[in-house]
This record gives sequence, C-alpha cells and structure tokens, in this order.
Amino acid sequence: MNRASAQVQIHGWLLLLPAAALLALFTHYPALATLWHSLHSTPKGVRPAVWVGLDNYRGLVEDPVFWQVLGNNLWFAAGTIPASIALALLMAVWVNGKISGRGFLRLAYFTPTVLPMIAVANIWLFFYTPTYGLLEQFTVGLLGLPSHNWLGTKSTVLSCLIVVTIWKEAGFFMIFYLAALQAIPPSLGEAAAIEGAGRWYCFRRVTFPLLMPTTLFVLVNAVINSFRLVDHIVVMTRGGPDNASSLLLYYIYDVGFKFWDSAYASTLTMVLLAILGTAAILQFAFLERRIHYR
Amino acid sequence: MSAISLQDVTKLWGSARAVDGVSFEAAAGRFLVLLGPSGCGKSTTLRLIAGLEEVSSGRVKIGDADVTGLPPARRRISMVFQSYALFPHLSVAENIVFGLRVRDVPVGERAARLAKVAGLLGLEKLLERRPSQLSGGQQQRVALGRAIIAETPVCLMDEPLSNLDAQLRQEMRREIRALQQKLGITMVYVTHDQTEAMTMADQVVLLRDGRVEQNGTPDELYGRPANVFAARFIGTPPMNVIAGVPGIGEDRLLGVRPEDVRLDARGLPATVEAVEYLGADSIVTCRAGGDLVNARVARHARAVPGERVCLAWNTDAVHLFDARTGKRIQ
Repeated sequence: MNRASAQVQIHGWLLLLPAAALLALFTHYPALATLWHSLHSTPKGVRPAVWVGLDNYRGLVEDPVFWQVLGNNLWFAAGTIPASIALALLMAVWVNGKISGRGFLRLAYFTPTVLPMIAVANIWLFFYTPTYGLLEQFTVGLLGLPSHNWLGTKSTVLSCLIVVTIWKEAGFFMIFYLAALQAIPPSLGEAAAIEGAGRWYCFRRVTFPLLMPTTLFVLVNAVINSFRLVDHIVVMTRGGPDNASSLLLYYIYDVGFKFWDSAYASTLTMVLLAILGTAAILQFAFLERRIHYR
Repeated sequence: MSAISLQDVTKLWGSARAVDGVSFEAAAGRFLVLLGPSGCGKSTTLRLIAGLEEVSSGRVKIGDADVTGLPPARRRISMVFQSYALFPHLSVAENIVFGLRVRDVPVGERAARLAKVAGLLGLEKLLERRPSQLSGGQQQRVALGRAIIAETPVCLMDEPLSNLDAQLRQEMRREIRALQQKLGITMVYVTHDQTEAMTMADQVVLLRDGRVEQNGTPDELYGRPANVFAARFIGTPPMNVIAGVPGIGEDRLLGVRPEDVRLDARGLPATVEAVEYLGADSIVTCRAGGDLVNARVARHARAVPGERVCLAWNTDAVHLFDARTGKRIQ
C-alpha cells in the first residue's frame, strides 16, 4: 500500500471515529455488558457476582409476574399500534385536504407530541380521577352511571393507558404521513380521477401504496414505543393495581432500581432486546419486498 | 357535430380572470392546439375541459352532452399530463390498464387491449418494468398508452413533450399526430411551442391573458394573423411589425414576414445590426427607425454589422394593422 492511499485510509477512520466511539460506548458495550451480567448472579456487599449460566433465564420462565407483564405488553402493543397508525393516517389525509383552518388542525394534532410526557400523564390522571375527573363528570354527571375507579381497577387500567398512548402517538405519526402525502404529486390523483377512480379506490391503489415506506417507518417506531413506555406508568399507576398495568420496561425498572436485582433486570433486558430485534427483522423482511421506494 | 365546444367559459382565481370568456369548437377527429405564452390560461382551459377545475361561468360540451357540472370520470375523456403522472409503484402494464381495472373490464378484454396498445406504441418488452426504469421518451409512451387504451373519443394533452430533448420531441410530434389520425381521436393539445402547433394542428386557438386572440388553421394563423399579437407570436423569427413606414398612414402598422423582406438597392433605409447564419439561410437583423426588422436571406448573407442597406418587399406580402387596437385591417 502506498503512502497516499494509507493516508486516505487513516482519514476515513478518523472521520468515523467520533460516531463509532459513541456507538460502541453507549450502545454496543452496554448491550454486551447486559448479556454478561444476565449470566451472573447479582453482586451483594459480601459476595461478588458469580457465574450462574442460564439460571437467571430459568428463573424468568418460572416468574409469573414476567408472564403477566409480557401479556400486558402484548395487549398494550395490539391496542396501541394499529389504532394509532390508522388514526394518524386518517388525520393526515384529512388535514392534507382543502379545508378551512387546516393549519390550526395540524397544530392541534401535533400538540400531544410537544407536551412533556409527565405533564401529559398528569392531565390524563385528572381525566380519569373518580367522581370529579373529566370522564366521571361525563359518565356519572351526565349519563348517571355508577362511579368507577378507572385507574384503580384491574380490568380497565390497561385500556386507560392504551387510550393515552394512542392520543399521544397518533399526532406524532400524523406528521410523517402528512409529509409523505405532500410529496405525492397531485397529478397522480388527477390522473386516477380521469381514469374513473373514486376517492377510496384512489387511496387504496395509489396513495396507500405510495405511503408504504412511511408506514414501515412508523410501524417500527410504534412497536419500539409500545415496549418502552415508562413515564406514563410512573406518574399514573406505578404498574398497579396488582401489576395489571405494568409493562416490560417498567418491570425492568422495578426489578433493577427498586429491588436492586441487577442480574435479573439484565436478563429481562435481554428478553426485551430479543423481542424488539425480532420484531424489526420481521417487519423489514415481510414489508420491504412490498414497498416501493421512490 | 362538434366533439368539443366551449361557450363563454370563464375561470376566476379570486378576482383574477385566468380564463376570460373563451369560446371555441372542435370538430370530431380534429387536432386542436391551445397555443399561447406561459400564463395565458391554456392549461387552465384544458383542465376546465377535463373537469379538474370547475368553471366560474359558461358551458363545456363534449359530444352531445353538456358536461359542465360532471366529474372528470364521467366526461369520456383521457388525458396525458406534462409530468406524465405515471403511478410509480405500478408496472407499465398496470399503469396502462389502470382505468380498465377501475371500470371492471373483464381480464380477457383487458389483456387484448393492452397487447394492442403495447404493439401500437412499441412497449411490448417494457410491460413488466416500473416507470422509474424507463427513459423520458418511454415514460411518455406509457402515458400515451394509458390515454388511448380507454378508447375515449376525446384525448387531452398538457404540454406532453416539454420534458423531452429536441430530437425525441420531433419524433414524438410525428408519432402523436399519426396516432391521432389513425385512431380518429379528437385531440386537445396544450403547448407554448408554436412549432408543435404549426406542425401538428388542424386548428389552433391562440390565447393571451385568458382570451382567444385568434382561432383558425395553421395556414390562417401564419398567412392572415388577426392582430399584432398573433403576428408577433407565430413564426421563427416572427413577423416584423414596423411603425411609421411612409405611405401607409400614421395610425397603421406594417407587418411583413422575414422571408418576404429582401436587401435591395432601394426601399426602407436601415442599418445592419447582426447576422445569424443558420445554414440554409441567414437572418439579417436591421434597425429601421425605432424598429428591428429581420430579413431571411438565402445562404450565407454577406452583410456586415454597421453596413447601411435598404429593405424592400412586394406589396402582396404586406399585412396592415391598426396602431391603436392592434387589429388587422382589410
């Protein structure tokens, strides 16, 4: 190798170095360290961590709370992902049309995303408060139904969180759909109209396929978000009652920083990573082939 | 019977009149060109015929039917867009049969019509490709295919050749014209390029500021321009319009085509400003009083800039216009 090309090589590596160092330090190393910790026992003051192999994973399989939390999370994902994406698409199509006050509408839809999560959770906490909360004022005050503790009942608490999350996410995803819709030339819609396509047909065969790259992006984000919700739970329910609203990441937080069982928290984290990784691979593998990128 | 007729059609954008009382008719099977400079309302007129915009007042008729209030799908038209508007996620074949699928044409007939159109346009080998894998000329053909497979009596085209290079444009010009005559379609074709208008049209409607300046055959537009605007718009270089020529009257303008002007021993005194050699002939640009006058001279003109010459023409080549209204006299 001559000197000039060596210099180019060094240049390239130097340019890569900052990003590579950050990635390695804050992404790759923690991931590997977590794997390492999950194969050891939790260190205590008198006893350092010892190698336990897959013992932690065996414990996980036998942990009923883990299965409950995983179940909660799957329901939560099933409840939030399709609904928030569908709602985002609907709102985007609507505010993309020629309606008066659409700038205001776009802003209104985006507001939930701008608000801090903790503030949002507190607002919704008020909505769900028994007797004098907004929801109760409607159901009890107006409809005369019996009072109900929405966040304090096992059967309703998860649904309440799902509603908050959809409200929060839909506006955010709408922005992506709106940007994608505006990138579609209006002449495509006009051409379809001249060929006799109605609005629904045009949406189904032209607009929606052209939005597929955005849908994939939004879907990946929605899946990740549904598995990493913590803030709302901390403020609104702390996982209760009886773990009915505890999701995977909140459970990890509980195990790691309340019970100080770092080895088991690492084990749970590996499971979460595996779930998200598999989901991302599946999404790309199945959808990629059906997507047209411009 | 006329295939298309516009009666006093007006389109307002706010208070601006994009199309201002336009009326014309096109007979069935004719090639009508809407010609004019950019911003003259020609594309808007086409979109009004297509139903993509609503008229502010006036009527649009296609065939026997008054389609003024009808949506585009029910006007029995097809359209080729300037940007082609091909669906980027669909194959060439799917693009072409898009409208047939919308209208639930049976699979067998769809395939037969696709094969016929593909053969007509030389697209047989490209049917499985995506639009992004085609050249500009091929995309143009696909857009044409999508328009003609519908077999509608009327086809609208909005500057379809403006994205092609000069060579291809010339080819496509001939091809579109041949196709139109072969299929007997009534064509409404928008362009700002007067060469396209002259070479393709049966009938030219010249527009300016939303109004019809002249409506006639290419021969009429070239041979008898109705006003100074038409005279100066048609022809490369366009007609010379000269003010203050002795013997024609103060309030009149004299028009004469460059090919009718010759450099002579006697006539209108002028000074040569520039000589443009085109091969077969040269354009000699002269200044006579306040006006520039072009003369088309065979072969390579020997005049040099600064030289004093006299410009002459035959009296039967003269067009006279009213200096105040710009209208043709006689």
